[in-house]
Amino acid sequence: MAQISAGDTAFLLVSAALVLLMTPALGLFYGGMVRNKNVLGTIMHSVIMIAIISFEWVYIGYSMSFGPDVGGFIGDLSWFGLKGVGAAPSSTYATTIPHILFMIYQCMFAIITPALITGAFAERMKFGPFIIFSLLWAIVVYNPVCHWIWGSGGWLGAKGVLDFAGGLVVHLTSGAAALAAALVMGPRQGFGKRSFMPHNLPMTLLGTGLLWFGWFGFNGGSALAANGIAASAFVATHLAGMAAMASWCFMEKIKQGQATTLGAASGAIAGLATITPAAGFVSANSAIIIGLIAGVICYLAVSMKEKFGYDDSLDVVGIHGLGGFAGTIMLGIFASKAINPGGANGLLAGNPGFLATQIFGVLVVLVYAFVVSFVLFKIVDGIFGLRVSPEDEVQGLDLSQHSETAYNF
Amino acid sequence: MKKIEAIIKPFKLDDVKDALYEVGVKGMTVSEVKGHGRQKGHKEIYRGAEYVVDFIPKIKIEIIVDAEIVEQVVDTIRNAANTGKIGDGKIFVLPVDDVIRVRTGERGKDAI
Repeated sequence: MAQISAGDTAFLLVSAALVLLMTPALGLFYGGMVRNKNVLGTIMHSVIMIAIISFEWVYIGYSMSFGPDVGGFIGDLSWFGLKGVGAAPSSTYATTIPHILFMIYQCMFAIITPALITGAFAERMKFGPFIIFSLLWAIVVYNPVCHWIWGSGGWLGAKGVLDFAGGLVVHLTSGAAALAAALVMGPRQGFGKRSFMPHNLPMTLLGTGLLWFGWFGFNGGSALAANGIAASAFVATHLAGMAAMASWCFMEKIKQGQATTLGAASGAIAGLATITPAAGFVSANSAIIIGLIAGVICYLAVSMKEKFGYDDSLDVVGIHGLGGFAGTIMLGIFASKAINPGGANGLLAGNPGFLATQIFGVLVVLVYAFVVSFVLFKIVDGIFGLRVSPEDEVQGLDLSQHSETAYNF
Repeated sequence: MKKIEAIIKPFKLDDVKDALYEVGVKGMTVSEVKGHGRQKGHKEIYRGAEYVVDFIPKIKIEIIVDAEIVEQVVDTIRNAANTGKIGDGKIFVLPVDDVIRVRTGERGKDAI
């Protein structure tokens, strides 16, 4: 049996807590951007995932994602209810920390992923059907894709597709689902005619800061050990976040005359999402370039959204979807074995084959996540109805879905 | 007795308040309001999307004065609040039937 490392264990315990923090932080990030009648409903969309997905993860999610492989596609259910997952290290995953710690660390990723989707249908989704959708989505989209890439025997991982901390597994799956959500749900009442201004940008900025802080656990911890790769990932994460914040604000200055705080927040999150698949595989300089590119392309994508006419209310597609998409492909360009001998060399290191592998992985995950999410939204809509009534939408989710309001005098 | 309601630009509040004290106005009620007259709304930009905000923040001052000094007070407010640009606001003068001081029960001019 492998030896448990105290250093690795301590680091992953802290990292798991950091990743948990990102889910309520996401609630604040999104909550500040909606109108004040929907702020609690929006925060709840993120926060309740902690309960729903943790249940799912302990009983079936972890086993489906990381349990013994069935045909490269899914884990079997032999680890149902964490059977055999205890304090001893796994022989396959993170062999220097308790297996149960690896399980809870991965649980935090599973929690935040469906929470990311919620920005697409903000301000108009019924709470009950939202819970049902999210639970089913975790089972049919998150768990399989997680297994394909990170599970032992997963077919995309076996093909050489790399995803350090969840560009594909977290950001592209949720971004593709967000696109499906916006298409199935339709726009909010008055979309394109009335303004939906953010009601509390300081809340969004607070969420951004907490997300960034948590992201060090998300990406740094994905090294699964307290080592040099964790340090590389930590640095790459920070540099991509700051570079994208700068380039997004620069684009705003050029295109619209002034840089905004919402732009700074959006740019930072775009950079952090984009570096997620690449952190731990690329150099600090490459991370800065990836971040600068992320800020520009995500700004342009979000600006173009109105032309497409769909209401991805809080820009999950333009920031997380595109970030995961572009980051995974840019990993194919910038990856370097000098940073991580367990990784790969990318195009710039003379290995175009790896870029092709990454593009293949991106397309597979994009198509799978979009199609399955679309069908799932349609099914839940057909049975339960996704949208609140027009009256409830005008009244706001806080009162109509939760019988409370955020700001009382 | 008259009630004077003045809608002014928020940054002019201190000037108007000081000028009113100088002509002997002893009290006033101030509220933050939103609205627009001929001044069009302004533009705000969120993630590249432009929103026209129709209602502009303004300050509403309400004062009750003796009818004799109405003109003087109106002139004082006009002088202090005037920037010469569109959106400086409006002043309304309304009749007041009676005024009652809650603490003492005094009525009319004595209660102002």
